Amino acid sequence: MLNKSLTDTTAEKVIQIKGLFKSFGNYHVLRDVDLDLYRGENLVVLGKSGTGKSVLIKIIIGLLTPDKGRVEVLNNVVDEITYQELLALRLQVGFSFQNSALYDSMTVRENLEFPLVRNRKTLTKGEVNKLVEETLDAVGLLQTINQMPSELSGGQRKRIGIARTLILQPEIMLYDEPTAGLDPITCLDINKLINEVQERYKTSSIVITHDLTCAKAVGNRVAMLLDGKFERQGTFEEVFNTNDERVKPFYDYNFIK
Amino acid sequence: MEITETATASEPEEKRPSALGRMFITLYNVYSFIARFFKEAFLPPYEGKELLRQCYEIGYRSALLISTTGFITGVVFTKQSRPSLSEFGATSWLPSLVGIALLKTLAPLLTGLIAAGKVGSSIGAELGSMRVTEQIDAMEVSATNPFKFLVSTRVLAATITIPILTFYTAMVGMLGSLLNVSMFESTSAKAFFQASLEQITFLDFTASTVKAIIFGFTIGIVGCYQGYNSSKGTEGVGKAANSAVVIAMFLIFVEEVISVQFFGLFKT
Repeated sequence: MLNKSLTDTTAEKVIQIKGLFKSFGNYHVLRDVDLDLYRGENLVVLGKSGTGKSVLIKIIIGLLTPDKGRVEVLNNVVDEITYQELLALRLQVGFSFQNSALYDSMTVRENLEFPLVRNRKTLTKGEVNKLVEETLDAVGLLQTINQMPSELSGGQRKRIGIARTLILQPEIMLYDEPTAGLDPITCLDINKLINEVQERYKTSSIVITHDLTCAKAVGNRVAMLLDGKFERQGTFEEVFNTNDERVKPFYDYNFIK
Repeated sequence: MEITETATASEPEEKRPSALGRMFITLYNVYSFIARFFKEAFLPPYEGKELLRQCYEIGYRSALLISTTGFITGVVFTKQSRPSLSEFGATSWLPSLVGIALLKTLAPLLTGLIAAGKVGSSIGAELGSMRVTEQIDAMEVSATNPFKFLVSTRVLAATITIPILTFYTAMVGMLGSLLNVSMFESTSAKAFFQASLEQITFLDFTASTVKAIIFGFTIGIVGCYQGYNSSKGTEGVGKAANSAVVIAMFLIFVEEVISVQFFGLFKT
């Protein structure tokens, strides 16, 4: 496992969220959320299921619109830019889906080629092939290049999903529950991969999870979503050194059971 | 932009719209979807390769069923019409009757209904499945416009392919009719087709083409709308596929009635 250093809070903020609200019907998911992501850090967002963790990163990437508040990504206010500008911004922000969301009618190679050939039109066929193979190699799955997604295991699908976002070499990575539904050994592999991505591609990342092992392994900083707000932020130890009844069971379940 | 039923954070309580309100919301969403199709389909960048692939898929997917149905329709229609015509000693009119019936109504309607079942359900299920498994969102976040790639190409492909399939159905139907006619009378294929086509006017041809284009557009847009906006997991996918077929078939019948009335105005 890689040694994690603490976040440099003097570094540039690549994502700034201020006063964010989001509701679905009468269900108020996010209430006055403030959050910053600094360049080069892995920020882990923790919270129970249904607390709006995935909603938060979907708002960051522009898949959902907030009811209120300001979301600034790489100096672009997501709500105020045009659709074309949003598409350009998305080239710099990778999103790894909880269920991988691989295109199931395409092979692994075609899955990786898809964003590349559409967004890097000057690349030759040879350059595309080289990039696809290099990226698959980086996630350790070059041997699956001609397989269909249905032939892959859950862990392999996660890795291919991450590779598909990495192929555009984004500055920011958003991971939605990267270890959900995986066995413990595969979880460790995914944690290692997230750290390797940070090292190799110099990305800044938000990792959404409720897996504290993952949070501890990959997070430079942890933010805990409680009742629609980030009430606790800091290092893993700072966040969990509390008697708060909303936080303690979380730790106890993951480490004491 | 789709209208959704979300409340803002400052609203204390959300009121659910009435049935009439929901109907207007749906109509507005359909209107927005169609307007977006025209914007995305005709403004660059174009998805030519995907459009060709979809044309091939739609044509290939429906060809066998359409051939069989068209041929059987030709045989059966001729066989059923023969006794009535022979009562008046008018069996020589069979080719013209079959030609007019097939080209003006049977071929567009049959092709439209078969394509609604085969193509519409397939589009609805495919896009619905992509929606619920977040594949459409995955396209969005990889800086690809999924509406242009998935919807525009499928609607355009259906609009282009259904008219071609319609004339193919008419041709296969006439072959079926020729087979039946040949069993009872000695006639050459050339004479049969000459007799079949001589009563068909330019207006008939235009009306059939326009109808087929409208049917194709309807099948494409309904299938895509249902699939693209599906939700609620696998249940939603099934519902999208089912609604795509039912709504498209209903609209095809409505459009048939309207077009018959409309083109009737041009007859002298």
